[in-house]
Amino acid sequence: MRLIAAMSGGVDSAVAAARAVEAGHEVIGVHLALSSNPQKYRSGARGCCTIEDSHDARRAADVIGIPFYIWDMAEEFHENVVENFMSEYAAGRTPNPCLRCNEKIKFAAVLDRAKAMGFDGVITGHYARTVDTPEGKTLHRAIDPLKDQSYVLAVLNREQIDGAIFPLGDTEKVDIRKEAEARGLAVAQKPDSHDICFVPSGDNAGWLRERLGSEEGPIVDQDGKQLGTHKGAYTYTIGQRKGLGLTIPTPDGSPRFVLSVEPVTNTVVVGSREDLAVTTMHGERTIICGPDIPQGEHRGFVQVRAHGAPLDCTYSLSDGLLTATLDSPLFGLATGQAMVIYDGDRVVASATICETA
Amino acid sequence: MSIYLDHAATTPMNPLAIEAMSAALAKIGNPSSLHTDGRAVRKEDEDARDFLAQSLGCQSSEIIFTGSGTEANNIAVKGIFWFRNQDKKRNLILISAIEHQAVLEPAQWLASHEGAKLIEIPARSNGVIDLDFLKNMIQDRGDEIALISVMHSNNETGVLQPVDQVVNIAGDIPVHSDAIQSWTKTPFSFKELGLFAASLSGHKVGGPVGIGILILRRGIDLPALIHGGGQEREIRSGTVNAPSIIGLAAAVRHCEYIDTKVEQARQSIESRLKYLAPDAIINGADAQRLPGILSVTFPGASNETLLMLFDAEGISCSTGAACSAGVHRPSHVLLAMGIKEDLVMSTIRFSLGVSTTRKDFETMLEKLPVVLERARGAQ
Repeated sequence: MRLIAAMSGGVDSAVAAARAVEAGHEVIGVHLALSSNPQKYRSGARGCCTIEDSHDARRAADVIGIPFYIWDMAEEFHENVVENFMSEYAAGRTPNPCLRCNEKIKFAAVLDRAKAMGFDGVITGHYARTVDTPEGKTLHRAIDPLKDQSYVLAVLNREQIDGAIFPLGDTEKVDIRKEAEARGLAVAQKPDSHDICFVPSGDNAGWLRERLGSEEGPIVDQDGKQLGTHKGAYTYTIGQRKGLGLTIPTPDGSPRFVLSVEPVTNTVVVGSREDLAVTTMHGERTIICGPDIPQGEHRGFVQVRAHGAPLDCTYSLSDGLLTATLDSPLFGLATGQAMVIYDGDRVVASATICETA
Repeated sequence: MSIYLDHAATTPMNPLAIEAMSAALAKIGNPSSLHTDGRAVRKEDEDARDFLAQSLGCQSSEIIFTGSGTEANNIAVKGIFWFRNQDKKRNLILISAIEHQAVLEPAQWLASHEGAKLIEIPARSNGVIDLDFLKNMIQDRGDEIALISVMHSNNETGVLQPVDQVVNIAGDIPVHSDAIQSWTKTPFSFKELGLFAASLSGHKVGGPVGIGILILRRGIDLPALIHGGGQEREIRSGTVNAPSIIGLAAAVRHCEYIDTKVEQARQSIESRLKYLAPDAIINGADAQRLPGILSVTFPGASNETLLMLFDAEGISCSTGAACSAGVHRPSHVLLAMGIKEDLVMSTIRFSLGVSTTRKDFETMLEKLPVVLERARGAQ
């Protein structure tokens, strides 16, 4: 096959590209420039898309022996990921920009462009597996549970999964580093990137405040009684306990948690841990990652965070609305997060949580 | 074998230059040393300087060897500014809006660090600078101008600039010209043009990379950027790079560039483009241009994609500007010509050289329709 390898400048995507070459594919390396004003250097494990990263990606492609280009996706990234991140927070939801990037950039803009240029698919260094079945390719967890990234890939529809190749899903991270070393790739010991790539400082709240302003508003209890003041409602996340700065204690001295964020009135509502309990979640913008979900209720797992635990649940799909009912309650679930349904290790579907109860 | 249509970026070394340079590399002796070995190398180095001076229409003492064309441009722009700015009234720098980054960025640096005021001479839609603007500037603020820098020909479009007229209009104001793309491609004489300074580069003319020339009018002492042993009129210290100088002189001496032949090839591509891509736009088409540079806009196709698809077919061409991360940026040259940004980002440059054969560009033209169709599909 003729394939585009998306190379971030990190160890995973470099080894993924090298493995694809070894498997006999014709591979071309592409580094996505996602910032129109890149920083020169990475600071520790934070951020990506610096000039140094693009140099590392180029060097890895040279060592592997494949052509290499830079694709400027800064505009698409800003429109679809950064602006969405801001508007979601401004609307009181908690988005995951990595999912959004996979859905709109890596496996949409890049895959579409690759196909138009005569390529068959896109290789990335994500830790996930695909399996060929009579109903088409299905998406599965990686064998390394600590690195599994199937959650952030659960926004891919069948066609996108069909065009995606994940050569690392069957290997543990520690072995990938060893393999990179053996292949002479200088990025073998480069730290993993964490956090949000376009917030290199790691200070999400500060980043949001700079862009959305920091209008003060009330922190209230469920009866509407004001307990304190906040600096920008969107910097709070449901389930958050720290950083509320409340001086009026609860009668029994128990801690308070953020229950909801109401952007229209710029209000943060707090309450007890029990008030956070969620047993049912509904998700919109459902994406089916493999075979159709039959009518009716099904047993499976739901995961609501990138490295969260799979929770036993009963799920169903009705009129595009994905519903999961948990066997035991979960505390602190924000709307805007993605709910991903698994059948064993197979990704069934994902949706954006719009309502909880 | 790749089809190389990017000679304006760099062009293969002349085999006789490689030979001369290899022989020089094998010899011992620092040209500044006083002993026999040093003198022997110095003799060859100075022979090369004499030859190059003659071919460039300047005196030997006016040639200052540098490490690159970029360095020559930096010494000229910064040096002339500081030299003239001793009279604090003279703080204006006039450069054309289509200069190479090696002139543009030192001028911008002077503006942000040294109190200079930068004024760009606009370009007309055909890629030629606006002489009326220059005339008016000199009439109104001539006393304040420290220097004028206008390139001899543009590296992206190949459009020749009226440097002789610039010098006439400038009167006593020093004029520097970046003649890097023009050298050996079109007649150039430092003396005939009446320039104050000019910049040239070795690897664009079949010489080695890592050698440039600043021609600077005799008797002018510009402040140095690099201090050390006082070589090259104390303007550019550092051990004299004799092997590269000797290699460069050999490249120019044995240059096989025939402008009429290259021009014919370019025209042949242009006339075929009319049929193969009727909506393609040739930039600077109605101006006088260098024989071997062809800037073409293919509406609806991204130049990033075009370059990649051509490369996959074994054809090397260029998109012009890229930032330090390697991201394609809209060319300031084409923007200055009034071309809209989406068309700028659809423009690629083919540049032909001594080694370009008919088969080379025939193959490119053969692949063009498929490449274009795919690139447009990928938009």
